[in-house]
Amino acid sequence: MIKKKNKAVTKEDVVVKFVGDSGDGMQLTGNLFSDTAALEGNDLANFPDYPAEIRGPHNTVAGVSGFQVHIGKKVHSSGDMCDVLVAMNPASLKANLKWAKKGGTIITDTDAYDEKALEKSGYKSNPLTDESLRDYNMIKAPITTLTKDALKDLGLDSKTAEKSRNMFALGMMYFMFNWKQEIAFDFFKKKFKKKPELIESNKIALQAGYNYAETVEAISVTYDIPAAALEKGKYRNLSGNIATAWGFLAASERSGRPLFLGSYPITPATEILMELAKHKSLGAKVFQAEDEIAGICSAIGASFAGAMALTSTSGPGLSLKSEAIGLAVMTELPLVIVDVQRGGPSTGLPTKSEQSDLMQALFGRNGECPVLIIAAQSPSDCFISAYETAKLSMEHMTPAILLTDGYIGQGSELFKIPKVADLPDIKPPIAKPNDPDFKPFKRDPKTLARKWALPGTEGLRHRVGGLEKENISGNVSMNAENHELMTELRFNKVMKIADYIPEQQVFGAAENDLLVISWGGTFGAVHTAVEELINEGKPVSHAHFKYIMPLPKNTENLLGKYKKIIVCELNAGQFVNYLRMNFPQYKYSQYNKIQGLPFNVSELKDAFNKIIKEK
Amino acid sequence: MEENLTVDRTRVPLSKEDFVSDQMVKWCPGCGDHAILSSLANVFPKIGYRKENFCVVSGIGCSSRFPYYVNTYGFHGIHGRANPIATGVKITNPHLSVWVATGDGDSMAIGGNHFIHIIRRNVDLNIMLFNNQIYGLTKGQYSPTSPMGSVTKTSPQGTIEHPFNPGELVLGAQGTFFARAVDTNPKLMTEIMFEAAKHDGTSVVEILQNCVIFNEGAHQIITSKDLRDEHQILLKNGEPMIFGKNKDKGIILTSHGLEVVTIGANGITEQDLLVHDQYSQDPGIHLMLAKMTPPYFPLALGVIRSALFPTYDDLVEEQIKRSKVNSTINCVDDLLNSGDTWEIK
Repeated sequence: MIKKKNKAVTKEDVVVKFVGDSGDGMQLTGNLFSDTAALEGNDLANFPDYPAEIRGPHNTVAGVSGFQVHIGKKVHSSGDMCDVLVAMNPASLKANLKWAKKGGTIITDTDAYDEKALEKSGYKSNPLTDESLRDYNMIKAPITTLTKDALKDLGLDSKTAEKSRNMFALGMMYFMFNWKQEIAFDFFKKKFKKKPELIESNKIALQAGYNYAETVEAISVTYDIPAAALEKGKYRNLSGNIATAWGFLAASERSGRPLFLGSYPITPATEILMELAKHKSLGAKVFQAEDEIAGICSAIGASFAGAMALTSTSGPGLSLKSEAIGLAVMTELPLVIVDVQRGGPSTGLPTKSEQSDLMQALFGRNGECPVLIIAAQSPSDCFISAYETAKLSMEHMTPAILLTDGYIGQGSELFKIPKVADLPDIKPPIAKPNDPDFKPFKRDPKTLARKWALPGTEGLRHRVGGLEKENISGNVSMNAENHELMTELRFNKVMKIADYIPEQQVFGAAENDLLVISWGGTFGAVHTAVEELINEGKPVSHAHFKYIMPLPKNTENLLGKYKKIIVCELNAGQFVNYLRMNFPQYKYSQYNKIQGLPFNVSELKDAFNKIIKEK
Repeated sequence: MEENLTVDRTRVPLSKEDFVSDQMVKWCPGCGDHAILSSLANVFPKIGYRKENFCVVSGIGCSSRFPYYVNTYGFHGIHGRANPIATGVKITNPHLSVWVATGDGDSMAIGGNHFIHIIRRNVDLNIMLFNNQIYGLTKGQYSPTSPMGSVTKTSPQGTIEHPFNPGELVLGAQGTFFARAVDTNPKLMTEIMFEAAKHDGTSVVEILQNCVIFNEGAHQIITSKDLRDEHQILLKNGEPMIFGKNKDKGIILTSHGLEVVTIGANGITEQDLLVHDQYSQDPGIHLMLAKMTPPYFPLALGVIRSALFPTYDDLVEEQIKRSKVNSTINCVDDLLNSGDTWEIK
């Protein structure tokens, strides 16, 4: 077939969002779209947005599932407003119209707009005919009918045929971005190996969508995205939770300590458990416990026995693990607790993202109970953050909390594949057999870490436990002075990690009118907002914190170089209060959002512009 | 047959002294725990493992001070969590002989969930359940095994809840090993602990232990000199179930369940008695035996059940071994480069 010439627009970046009923296959469609963009050479960031129910009520706003993809030459976040919205039914259109750019493209299935569906989605009149969408470039296609027609020779039942309509819509997108359909065909072959009939039906549906878009000329604009401006190297698309699991596997390999994960399924952290369970060939021992407490306690037992021990969870699970984290602090054993944060308190918003567990991570335990805390900043950064958290936890003999969140855990982006041999060394302080100087709580003077004496080793039999220990000997002690000394030693041991982490970096001028501070999973949006303001000539710099406890050594000094400081977080102000507590000499403004959603670049820019103007 | 990897034998003979800790034992004088400690120290040298390969794990409670008093690797955990901690130890290092010291508060109440799940999984370790039917360390509140009506500091008018029978719970959770001992009979304790050590899988040994301070005489009906012969039966594999001062009583199985009979009366002979089969896969009769309680029945002591099933830790190792042979991912570099990747030049 000869290609018709469409008007091809070159764009630095495009945001596309697929929305539909939670059973419409929007996650699969979005993932395939983003994998294709990557294979076509684009940079990307994704964000799945789905309801807490597995299959929400059909055709209602509550049951809408979405997947947003930001592709371009260089992208840091999954983007704010969509250039293209693909809405499979009226409810998903209603729920997501606010995210569509005015003048943007909306592709929707006209077959889905029957009276019942309109009523269930809360539309008083049909938006396709009542002129309410005149600000958008509407592509109204009878997707269901066309899909069924295309598949009629396969002899599928109507329901199965209908299931391929997401691939028809995706075919239209392939045309819009001028992509090779073979990429999707290869994917179908792998994905549906066990159901070969679906390989053919999805292929035909995708082709039909592509051809439809090409022939009807409904799509007036096609996009040409310049190839990503990335460093040389080998890349892949990777989500934060998988990156976290892989970072731990790498740390296990480099440290020589076998990986043990004790965990209990919880949204949005479960993928870490599922991923590690796959990798028994790498020696990973994964224990799905009966509850969160057994998850962490089995990991503590594993750590005592010499494993690189992990437990993964989200906010409610972190609460349940509190007492056991105290046990790990008291016994001074390495252990990584991963908290993929979600909206709270209580069950809260299980599938939505928030940064509201920071105070819990810092202080949510009985007694003086310091732990190392590191917060990953993006999906691909979860890899090195997991690696480094495990490294520092083992080398400094302390439990550590790795904070990620639902947004970066489930979102994905391009990941430059490292060589495991190039990662930093990990050298746990393992006690030697029959060491005549071994004492369970004798410390390395530099790190204050005690030695890790593994059961089975000759000449090192000893006992640890939750009761206060006498310094050096490790015997149970209720002595008043000793308790104070041990409290200080445990605290100082964690604070000394500041000597082993990099200094805090600043993006932009080292002295400036405004310093924007963020931490953890908000890096992409905040960085983009600051970068755009700097390009507009605004006096703004950005410090993004990954190391929370201890803070980098230069933090106090650094904050003094700016006239104003604004701290942005997806909570009511937890990091800002932590900074106020540590460095009360400075004045801090704050920008907070507690909607279960990531920051938009535009809202951040508005907030920063406002504070710059303030006298 | 393949060598059993979980056995790492000592090269030198060990004695009780090898396991005596330098810590002062702080249990009350007269507490049943002293006898249990001494029995365990007698058992360890007999097992034949290197002394570095023993690990004792506990939760919270009087019994849970145990790890401090034996010279092995030891872990004193938090309340109720000894069983998951021990699970992590055993999965990580299956070469260890792992022992859990726990009580009726620790494993029947706050740690009840972990208790049934470790048993269901059949992790190869040994649980010594010290049952004194009271909370001792918090000074005398009722526990999940206190008999109905027990008057304690938190039940001044008597308890109004049904107690657990640990044996029933173990068998209900598909336990593969259950034995019962009393703290007044150190010889039997030692024998049973040795049997527990030999068993592959989760071995639960319930020890009826006397708390001299808060529940003195709780097990009197079973252990007192004048009652014990009529109220205890020691089960021995392959032998008919006989008890009583004059060895004239026995247990038979009827269509209604177990019954106590007198040998010689109503034409009953030794041939009619039930013969103990501790290795039976079916737990039906084991459950009936575990449920027997005085005064109508004697309490069953000894090994009630010891059935062979695969252990969790063996299956973990097997899956890993098989994956290493079959997988194309043999190092993390393989993993990072698996699936769709592309080069930017």
